[in-house]
Amino acid sequence: MMKGKNTPTENSSKYKWPIVATVFFLLMGVGVWYFIGPEESEEEIEEISEIDPNRVENGIHVRTGLIEAEGLQEVINNCTTCHSSKLIIQNRMGEEQWNSTIRWMQETQGLWDLGDNQKIIVDYLTTNYPLLKKGRRKALSNIEWYKLDQ
Amino acid sequence: MKRRNFVKKAGVGAVSTVLLSDIVYRNLLPKGYSPLAFQEPDPFKMFHKDPEMVLLNDKPWNMEARAHLLNDDVTPNKFMFIRNNGIIPEDIDVSTWQLKIDGESVVNTKTYSLADLKSKFKHYTYQLTLECGGNGRSEFDPPAKGNQWTIGAVSCAEWTGVRLKDVLEDVGIKDDAVYIGYHGADIHLSRNPQKEPISRGMPIAKAMQDETILAFAMNGEDIPLTHGYPLRLVAGGWPASVSGKWLNGISIRNKIHDGEKMGGSSYRVPCETVAPGEKVDDEDMCIIESMPVKSLITYPKSGAIINEGKSLKIRGHAWAGELEVSEMEYSIDFGSSWKSIHVQKPVNRLAWQHFGGEINFPKKGYYEIWARATDTNGNKQPMVLPGWNPKGYLNNACHRIAVKVV
Repeated sequence: MMKGKNTPTENSSKYKWPIVATVFFLLMGVGVWYFIGPEESEEEIEEISEIDPNRVENGIHVRTGLIEAEGLQEVINNCTTCHSSKLIIQNRMGEEQWNSTIRWMQETQGLWDLGDNQKIIVDYLTTNYPLLKKGRRKALSNIEWYKLDQ
Repeated sequence: MKRRNFVKKAGVGAVSTVLLSDIVYRNLLPKGYSPLAFQEPDPFKMFHKDPEMVLLNDKPWNMEARAHLLNDDVTPNKFMFIRNNGIIPEDIDVSTWQLKIDGESVVNTKTYSLADLKSKFKHYTYQLTLECGGNGRSEFDPPAKGNQWTIGAVSCAEWTGVRLKDVLEDVGIKDDAVYIGYHGADIHLSRNPQKEPISRGMPIAKAMQDETILAFAMNGEDIPLTHGYPLRLVAGGWPASVSGKWLNGISIRNKIHDGEKMGGSSYRVPCETVAPGEKVDDEDMCIIESMPVKSLITYPKSGAIINEGKSLKIRGHAWAGELEVSEMEYSIDFGSSWKSIHVQKPVNRLAWQHFGGEINFPKKGYYEIWARATDTNGNKQPMVLPGWNPKGYLNNACHRIAVKVV
């Protein structure tokens, strides 16, 4: 059985039964772990079901963290192939700046011609991630207050 | 937490490894789908980072510290920010690793193995401040694109290696040399082998400084993979992008290096200041060299509630690029008045300096402690944002933490 696990050979039916046995054994192991472990069990089911690439929860596309709205699929297909959706979410730009960013990605980063999708993508970004006014300095926010023992 | 990771790694990971090895099962996987373990590796575990660190990006990996995590005099790996431009090199073999020195202004192209470098040249150890040029970018308005660093893209670790100048002297460089450019083994995000994710450099004068080293150790151990293992160019005080990771080449140039991220708006700011949001032509942009004077309050963590009548110990670090910090001040009244606080000398040039002391509050209320460093040229940190620039570099506005006296 260990041999089947350690020396997987492509296209070889010779190893199929050992592999199936290994999968079975591992799943059993996971199952046993799941039953004997303390708490957290729901989170694990959660974690495994997150494999669904299209799942949306509370208006957020779970796999990428992007807002579910018109244009999401175009953004996923054209943008997250090369970079993380985290880079999109943390950036706020206007239409002109997004277009010039796309141009920059095309000129230097190997991004393809987006055709009609460009407008769909830029509309999605400017609508769902609009510019925020920050001024010359924002007030401190999200302060986590705690008692400091001195 | 532990058990979840077991499920993630041992469960899904191993199962999918086995599944993928059998073509029958592979066909059952949806197109474009990669199993969880490949899709979402845990960067905190993978890079040995503290879970309080903040992940900004996962393709490429970028992660920053929070102010209170940077309290150590010498930054340990677990609190060191990650700034990657490309994909971390795969299959690093130390025994065959080579550093090639070439370029228009090299006398003879020469190649060193890691063992050559370690045995041929004297070793030096320095604490060196490395700050990302875009640290503080998140505050700019209009916003600048890129990773939205807040304050945590800075570190001061202890680096050990050989002096670049010793190596360059061994190679021999021509009189017309003006710049060096580095090359690394990281992979462009597009996986196009013709493209380098980043290849920056520095003028010869900076390359010849004692503290500019080819490092093979960080904090007394092999450099962590994500910080440039097995060899990193380290040039403290300049944007950390000058300190090329996974170093496998240095070109001695007879002109300013023109590698990736040396031009356009990358690591460059308007030569003359511009109004926020103004368009700047490429030829009006200048390469960032020394980082500006800056400081961080690393203790206490912002949000402390203390009792009236008690004094509060604060501490932190200050640094000034190529220069030294000559004075450290704090304000508890939004900049109306400033008081000096003791700041130590650096352990070596380009290391950050530690400040600390006890401060008192006159009465109950909401306070902010603002920290302001002054460099040896008399430049002080601004209280609001400094000059706007297209990519949001060089934000050295004073650090602020909130305190409530009850």
